[in-house]
Amino acid sequence: VSTVVVAEHLRGEVRPVTLELITAAKELGDPVTVVVIAKDPAAATGQVNVDGVDEIVTVQVEQEEFENDVYQQAVEQLIAEHRPKTVLLGFTVNSMGYAPALAAKLGLGFASDVFSIDAQASGLVVERAFYGSKIHAEVEFPGHDQVLLLLRPTAWAPADGAGSAEIRDFPAPAGESRAKHKEFVEVATGDVDITTADFLLSVGRGIGDKENLPQFEELAGKMGATLSVSRPIVDQGWMPNSRQVGQSGKTVKPKVYLALGISGAVQHLAGMKTSGTIIAVNSDPEAAIFNVAHYGAVVDLFEVAEELEKLY
Amino acid sequence: MKVVVCVKQVASLGDEVEFTEDERDVDPDFLDYALNEWDAYATEEALRLTEASGGEVVVVSVGPEDAEDSMRRCLAMGADRGIRIHSEETLDPIQVARALAEVVQAESPDLVFTGVQSADAVQAATGTALAELLDLPRVAVVTKIELGDGKATVNRELEGGLIDVAEVDTPALLTIQTGINEPRYATLRAIKQAEQKEIEVRQLGDVGEAAYRVRKMFVPPKGEGAEMLNGSPADVAARIKEIVEERKA
Repeated sequence: VSTVVVAEHLRGEVRPVTLELITAAKELGDPVTVVVIAKDPAAATGQVNVDGVDEIVTVQVEQEEFENDVYQQAVEQLIAEHRPKTVLLGFTVNSMGYAPALAAKLGLGFASDVFSIDAQASGLVVERAFYGSKIHAEVEFPGHDQVLLLLRPTAWAPADGAGSAEIRDFPAPAGESRAKHKEFVEVATGDVDITTADFLLSVGRGIGDKENLPQFEELAGKMGATLSVSRPIVDQGWMPNSRQVGQSGKTVKPKVYLALGISGAVQHLAGMKTSGTIIAVNSDPEAAIFNVAHYGAVVDLFEVAEELEKLY
Repeated sequence: MKVVVCVKQVASLGDEVEFTEDERDVDPDFLDYALNEWDAYATEEALRLTEASGGEVVVVSVGPEDAEDSMRRCLAMGADRGIRIHSEETLDPIQVARALAEVVQAESPDLVFTGVQSADAVQAATGTALAELLDLPRVAVVTKIELGDGKATVNRELEGGLIDVAEVDTPALLTIQTGINEPRYATLRAIKQAEQKEIEVRQLGDVGEAAYRVRKMFVPPKGEGAEMLNGSPADVAARIKEIVEERKA
């Protein structure tokens, strides 16, 4: 009986979510095994050998970077050998490429974007959200001895403290990789660095139309703020992604974050929830952004914008 | 070339919410339904690829008869035909993948698209699970596709916006991210024409054991809670100015 954590790394660095998974794994109370699948596993083992990890299993593969078939085969072999009760991965783009395949193939209990776990006597109970984060649910896994969970990044604190895990090698999978990593391409940096701004005025879907954007650019200028946006604005091509706040954009931590017409998708909140002071204006009183905001106003954002114009 | 696009009609909350008797879901009377946002992008991408090289776009969905509203939207955008696998139940994404597998397989598509995730359940799982059941190579969270000979070069969008350029053997399954294109609006004429397009109905086969079960749904407790600014828009604006000036310093 154990909990297996699959480490995630990118360009030689273990990603922060891995240490968060270890914290979650410790909560379950079973021995914790961390799997490192890498071309040079030794480089990563030091980064995951933290307090609470009992064992580190290294799988040396040819690929330097993530490829979904490689991870799927390696983790499948490990599940077969190790028979873990729980397998924890980050709810990340990499995991999305292979974890559901494992769940389908092996008939595992499965849930993603999990933000709380509880090992009850009757079995594992986890929490996740439905319906645009407006509803939470307790989820259980009847009939499953093995459960694979993708945990929400930043929902747990990273594990730390020196560890003394036993390290052992595990054979590499023999299967082929049908989707190969070629290269990384960086996001264009754009004209403004939103990560260094003290005051962000951020707009989202609520502004409705591209024609409305200039008025908020102007307002930001007047207020001494830098304009940032949520994903839908970038998806529609109204602003470059260098201005995007959120998991697939930039993580920001300004002194003041003023959100106008942003409902607060999980991916957005992950990119701004540690801001000093968050002020949210939204016409929907149930908008998830109010859960992280320090100040909120349920009011038409255009009317507020108009009044702010007058004050500056 | 044939592209199968798997789409979902998703539910969103209205202004109020009540739960079903057993508290395991929201009372359907309090839900609004629409085509999943990601699936509109997936449909658009399939149309662009087939318009460039000729071919067929088939839309497949698992759901009740009402789900045909969302399928009609895809047909109005230009998809050729639809197949609905009839299910009144709420299935988990692995079960949906099992429901889709046989139908998609029988179409022998060159490409299979799904959205990255559904707006209501956000598991980001159906596509990758389906790829496994079809034994197809796959890439999740795709923002660009260039077709080659027996392979495709795709952009996979990682956290922070970093792009992983990957080469995938085809046929393949790709889960499509928002922003990959601009989904077209259907003209009134196209909407009218879509009413004549075929949606074949199939019965749901064995979808196996559920991957999870909802024990209880509830409205989340508000965090520490935002301090709400009340009053007229002018009052709110004045308070915002005060707070900004105090906290920005």
